[in-house]
Amino acid sequence: MKDQSLTRAKNPLVRFAISNAVPILFIILLIFAIPLSGFSADYLLNEIITRLGRNSFLVISLLIPVMAGMGLNFGIVLGAMAGQMGLIFMLDWGVVGIPGVVLAMLIGMPIAILLGLLAGTILNRAKGREMVTSMILGFFINGLYQLTILYGMGTVIPITSNKLLLPRGYGVRNAIDLLTIRKALDNMWSIQVGGIIIPLGLFAIIAALCIFVFWFTRTKLGQDMKAVGQDMQVAATAGINVDRTRTLSIIISTVLACFGQIIFLQNIGTINTYNSHDQVGTFAIAALLIGGASVAKATIPNVFIGITLFHLTFIVAPRAGKELLGQAQIGEFFRVFVSYGIIAISLALYAWRRQVEKETERRQAKAAIKAAIEDGTGG
Amino acid sequence: MFESIGKLVEKAGWPRIIIALFLLSMFIIAPFVNISVGTSISDTIVRFAMNSVLVLSLVPMVQSGCGLNFGMQLGVIAGLIGAVTSIELGVTGIAGFLTAIGIAIPFAAILGFFYGLLLNRVKGDEMVVATYVGFSSVAFMSMMWLLLPYKSPNMIWGYGGSGLRTTISVEGYWLGVLNNFLSVRIGNFFLPTGTILFFALIALLVWSFFKTKLGTAMTAAGLNPVYAKAAGVNVDRMRILSVVISTIIASVGILVYEQSFGFIQLYMAPLLMAFPAVAALLLGGASVSKASMGNVIIGAFLFQGILTMTPSVMNNLIKSDMSEVIRIIVSNGMIVYALTRRMKVRK
Repeated sequence: MKDQSLTRAKNPLVRFAISNAVPILFIILLIFAIPLSGFSADYLLNEIITRLGRNSFLVISLLIPVMAGMGLNFGIVLGAMAGQMGLIFMLDWGVVGIPGVVLAMLIGMPIAILLGLLAGTILNRAKGREMVTSMILGFFINGLYQLTILYGMGTVIPITSNKLLLPRGYGVRNAIDLLTIRKALDNMWSIQVGGIIIPLGLFAIIAALCIFVFWFTRTKLGQDMKAVGQDMQVAATAGINVDRTRTLSIIISTVLACFGQIIFLQNIGTINTYNSHDQVGTFAIAALLIGGASVAKATIPNVFIGITLFHLTFIVAPRAGKELLGQAQIGEFFRVFVSYGIIAISLALYAWRRQVEKETERRQAKAAIKAAIEDGTGG
Repeated sequence: MFESIGKLVEKAGWPRIIIALFLLSMFIIAPFVNISVGTSISDTIVRFAMNSVLVLSLVPMVQSGCGLNFGMQLGVIAGLIGAVTSIELGVTGIAGFLTAIGIAIPFAAILGFFYGLLLNRVKGDEMVVATYVGFSSVAFMSMMWLLLPYKSPNMIWGYGGSGLRTTISVEGYWLGVLNNFLSVRIGNFFLPTGTILFFALIALLVWSFFKTKLGTAMTAAGLNPVYAKAAGVNVDRMRILSVVISTIIASVGILVYEQSFGFIQLYMAPLLMAFPAVAALLLGGASVSKASMGNVIIGAFLFQGILTMTPSVMNNLIKSDMSEVIRIIVSNGMIVYALTRRMKVRK
């Protein structure tokens, strides 16, 4: 209840501080941690630009399901897995450079669409608990993914390259080099300003995606999604096919995540076949939340602020931990703690606020009924 | 005839039947690929006993309407604190085990109380919040394991002289104190009587608790909060109490697990501990809102049966170990199924 009265604070400055509490907290944390870490400004700037390039796509893929009222889509790991399968086929067929990246996306896309369709259908049967279901669904599909990659590839699914297969003749190796497409997108039209490298080509792609998302919210489908997100029943009476709209939002999110993972991995330069996708959901969601988003509202500025703050914390925490406590490992655990903790707090605050709102509504309705009855008896 | 089978299928649900048939086929195949069924059953029983209390710990929260306790790690952490502290004190044998429990319970009660307060504020979203509370608490304790001033040379890193190791052996302290109590050994067959009795004792306590007035009130709070409130039950208090009980049982459960397993696993090891326990409970026939002692026993047995049988049978059959992948698919498939199922019934 305290929470709600605070968001209604009269003073605009106080209101701003309350509604952006999470990003502000992180900025304060960083103000202390950055000098402690002793990194140079050039280094940090370069790192942030690289990380913006490789993570933006993944984080943006979360936006559309939030709009459709399905919360944070932990199921973007499904898209990540589709992307990795695309990359494996691309490597097997020996396509290199930017055509390789495009090919991987083209192979990954149908897989992502299928997985998105599956996820959407399942989430429609779990209305009201989409987040936990999408998370467990991610674990479940991870099992099927491992089954396919570890036992299906090289036996049922034709993969021939010895560089990819395990020595036993089937199953894909644990770590695969992506040297042939490494930084293919990053190096496209990249320029150097002072000591700072800016991957203009990649940023152009991300800008195009932002424009797409912006345009999408204005289309009929985008408006339908907003309506579904606000109230499913009202949307249904207005003639919107709620289930179909929700499924479409998940499919779009999964496909974007598939592209996002390919962009991410071409920057990193290697795939850990069985682990690379594990933390995609957690990290993307933590970044978005740190950028000031909530379960019900997430915007493009949230994405970029979030990635910057989250990854700055990622870079400086281990070093700051070492300087402060003599152990770099503490910093490592700290950043894991921060990513999980921030998700826990954000989800809890959101659920709490919703509960308070529901109670207030009920109380108001009760009072209204009471007043009506009194009116009736009095008159 | 077909009708009754149809009813049975509907009642048990396809995933459960597929998994039961899968396990049955494992036991049938086993003798043909030179695996002793006796040893397999014995292994299954040992693992069942080892995990049973952890599975049991989920029941009170399910009954009170808090859903599946994906934040079980909180209880596990309390148990771990008990375990390392008892080793630090150097108490051995059954006394050491009891010391560990004695230290774990107050921690579990305090953590459970605050956890319960939190869950009361996020009704309807308990499970996803619980998951991340569990995850973040494991990460937080990872920092603590490095910083807490434990000194026993059996537990800290050899170099540097501070910080607990990732795995700590309980050998020489309380390894197998329950497992070996009244145990029966015939050839390859080993029955961990003590652990089973211990589980039976706790299960009996929980079962009889749910027969008391307080326990009935708790179940009522879970079944229909509005009705329970009208009947004078303090729903929020019932929920907190159930969370405290669940957390305490989980803290004891991890100690039971460790005395059988032989090692205390710290740092990120407990991260995903809740999921297999939840899957086992669901496999036993529980739903998101209803669980019984029978569900615990059947579920833990089926689940551990699969975990024991698949690696050995698969290894001999196709010369490669698919058990890990099958474990992931079975446990998470079961949870997804349960999460989607209740909504269908509600409609």
